[in-house]
Amino acid sequence: MLDLDMSPYAAFVWPAWAISALVLGGLAVRAVAAARRWKAELKRLEPTPADDPA
Amino acid sequence: MFGLANPERFMRFTGPLTPWLWGVAAVLLAAGTWLSFTAPGDYQQGDTVRIMFVHVPAASLGLVVYGALGVSSFFALVFRHPLADAAARAAALPGAAFTALALITGSLWGQPMWGTWWVWDARLTSVLVLFLFYLGYMALRSAIDDEQKAGRAAAVLGLVGLINLPIVKFSVDWWNTLHQPASLLRMGGSSLDPVFLWPLLTMMAAYAALFLAVWLTAIRTEITRRRVMTLRARAALEA
Repeated sequence: MLDLDMSPYAAFVWPAWAISALVLGGLAVRAVAAARRWKAELKRLEPTPADDPA
Repeated sequence: MFGLANPERFMRFTGPLTPWLWGVAAVLLAAGTWLSFTAPGDYQQGDTVRIMFVHVPAASLGLVVYGALGVSSFFALVFRHPLADAAARAAALPGAAFTALALITGSLWGQPMWGTWWVWDARLTSVLVLFLFYLGYMALRSAIDDEQKAGRAAAVLGLVGLINLPIVKFSVDWWNTLHQPASLLRMGGSSLDPVFLWPLLTMMAAYAALFLAVWLTAIRTEITRRRVMTLRARAALEA
């Protein structure tokens, strides 16, 4: 059964979970955002077949 | 395995694998969270036992990720392999984040159970040293402009930090500590009751999957970034 009543330790349990969620979420968002940014930059710089004079 | 050391082969192999890892991590995190809040409170620790489900995976990953950073540093230093260097670099930030989480959640667990936020015992101090090695590694990399020199200097530091791993792991056996001895990985099997063991194992698997997803994504990004730098340098020469 789901139990969300953490008393009398709510002031310790919820911050531990909240900080963990924040940090893990931050790691994921940062990794995906950086991947997208550099992928877009590579796409911009890499010569496309249309640029090839041959 | 060594065939994957080729960056192009690595990109081809990890391309389809990475989205799956993100999916597995999300499912395991959801399942682990559900199991963590449906488990009963401990008869001694009450609901603070639920901090264990985020503390132990973070602490384990902090150690394991440093191991990965150290091994990658070894290959980068000895074989001068760019992919190993990228792997070491990509492991540093998630490793530091997991170690910081272990320290913070441990402190939040320690206050109600031990009556103190912090104590300079062998386990806590050696984990703090581990965190400082991560910070030192990242600071050294960003302090040197020449990327190759920065990579080599950081790899040496990464290797030196490996000495700390057995100290962290066995600190609770070698010294008298306030921190409890190992209850999961120990001779004679786990001492945890299955009602706590399964949520913990699920959360550990979730953290591991999330780390692999973040790590592979970051290594792929590093390979892409280096390709962009090469193209920029080539364009600057041609201009």
